Amino acid sequence: MVNLPGHSGLHRPTAIIGIGLIAVAAVTWFDARGMSIRASYGVGADAASYFVAAFLAVLGLAHLVTALRPGIVADEADWGAVAWIGLALGGLVGSIWLGLGFILGSTLLFAFTARAFGRRALVADLVIGGLISTGVFLMFNKLLQLALPAGPLERLF
Amino acid sequence: MDAFIQLLNGFSIAIAPMNLAFAAIGVLLGTAVGVLPGIGPALTVALLLPATFKLDPGGSLIMFAGIYYGGMYGGSTTAILLNTPGEAASVVTALEGNQMARKGRGGPALATAAIGSFVAALIATIGLAFLAPILVKLAVKFGPWDYFGLMLIAFVTVSATFGSSPLRGLTSLGIGLWLGLIGIDQLTGQTRLAFGVPNLFDGIEVTTLAVGLFAIGEALHVASRHMYAPEKPIPIKGSIWMTRADWARSWKPWLRGAAFGFPIGALPAGGAEIPTFLSYTTERKLAKHPEEFGHGAIEGVAGPEAANNASAAGSLVPLLTLGLPTSATAAVMLAGFQQYNIQPGPLLFVQHADLVWGLIASLFIANVMLLVLNLPMVGLWVQLLKIPLPWLYAGILVFATMGTIAANPSVVELLLLSGFGLLGFLMRRYDYPVAPVIVGLILGPMADSQLRRALQMSLGDPMVLLQHPGSAAMIAIAVIALVAPFVFKGLARFRQDED
Repeated sequence: MVNLPGHSGLHRPTAIIGIGLIAVAAVTWFDARGMSIRASYGVGADAASYFVAAFLAVLGLAHLVTALRPGIVADEADWGAVAWIGLALGGLVGSIWLGLGFILGSTLLFAFTARAFGRRALVADLVIGGLISTGVFLMFNKLLQLALPAGPLERLF
Repeated sequence: MDAFIQLLNGFSIAIAPMNLAFAAIGVLLGTAVGVLPGIGPALTVALLLPATFKLDPGGSLIMFAGIYYGGMYGGSTTAILLNTPGEAASVVTALEGNQMARKGRGGPALATAAIGSFVAALIATIGLAFLAPILVKLAVKFGPWDYFGLMLIAFVTVSATFGSSPLRGLTSLGIGLWLGLIGIDQLTGQTRLAFGVPNLFDGIEVTTLAVGLFAIGEALHVASRHMYAPEKPIPIKGSIWMTRADWARSWKPWLRGAAFGFPIGALPAGGAEIPTFLSYTTERKLAKHPEEFGHGAIEGVAGPEAANNASAAGSLVPLLTLGLPTSATAAVMLAGFQQYNIQPGPLLFVQHADLVWGLIASLFIANVMLLVLNLPMVGLWVQLLKIPLPWLYAGILVFATMGTIAANPSVVELLLLSGFGLLGFLMRRYDYPVAPVIVGLILGPMADSQLRRALQMSLGDPMVLLQHPGSAAMIAIAVIALVAPFVFKGLARFRQDED
């Protein structure tokens, strides 16, 4: 992260964050307007919403003003690696969603995350991930009696 | 002497074999997780919370104390041997400690950090035991307006002391406050920002937020920057024990570090960075060989580590007596209390006196255990640093998501966790501090209900906040703390223009 000298024009990340903050402020404001329960004395539940909406709007405007000046330039990112972690989390969420169980989901999570960090041995990582998830599942379900979501694999135990 | 009797009573609880075992497990787990690179004490506590779900409150809080201290100790080991501080407060430790390790003095660096942490935590825990009852007596007289003033101070100092600019800190706080709105309002039953999703009615879980922001955010950040080039821990050569000269150079910085750390941690002002930096600059000024600083001066490890631990123990004072978390770690600890429907605050000392004094006594015991268990086992912890990063982060993500699944096995919760991970990644990428989000989430709803209680009691007159001297003074301090950085920044620019 370096300050780029002589960089002119709009600093895009800052401007985008500013617009995002204002958008969230607008959503919060509309949500507060729809509130029906009123307090008998003082302020109701909507007051905090209005306050946070105003606070976020001010911060958003401050970001837009700051965006006119040069800001930090973020490091080059390897979006492929980010996508692999996204896939890893997606594998877990999908597995829970479809009722395929914790072990399969965590195995995918482990193997794909390792891939994001540059490992190229997907099969080996799937095996390691499977062993770890099975161990964790057994420890949690048998020892700590916490129920992790069960799928076809878990029912074997 | 009342505190002393209570403390003895606490020891009689903590010394029970079962509780001793909980403390030992906590210390070992905390150190093992805390030693992993990129994992600070807040994430350590958040990750290990699910492991305490099924225990009784007393035992699990005692385990917590061990996890907390273990996590702090583990963080300093990583900072010294790997030069990757897990939190801002260990940055200074990494500065000198890593230089010492490079010169083959890693053993004494770890030893002075451990013994210094022990001494400082001992002093600070004694301070906690004696200050807490006094504060509790004061706090029972606090009205909602006073709490609101206190929380305003905490908001401002937390967001202004973290991060590179006040705007970024306040933005992080704003995100936290916004997340805090989500769910059913406790006073009126009004739903805010839930958009009809039942999983959102109970609000955002602090642990889900902390784990998403810290664990998944950090993993995304590290992966995206290709920082997975294997970084090897520096092997410890020679004796791990300190020489007589090391002792002579260390004991004063320990005491001074504790003297900086405890009061700053105990004030509802947040941030262990300030005392560690204060301690570092003080030791550099007072040192006989200031030229050694930057090249591995033992004072530069001893002082800041002591300050860090004293401040961590100090932050338990507002947490236990006022229910006010002033750091990310304290916020996660508060979530742990709430998991058992225990609300820290002045009433805690009345209603759950056994619990709270058992916890304080366990802090002493955990502290001793850390010293006897961890110094001899340092070789084992170093082995943990050798896990290849792909497997390490894959394992961290498995455990991080497992905690969420165990607490609440729903797809919505997992999607929230992933979303917070993305948020944490973007915040790291664009240099926004993460801790104010967590403090905002937990303090926001508290400040909201305190303000509304105050206004209900005054029949809607906002002047109630200024009519009470306590709250008026605290609101004034908060306003000054908020405005000062901008004014001084303006002044600094003005001076630059003059040159």
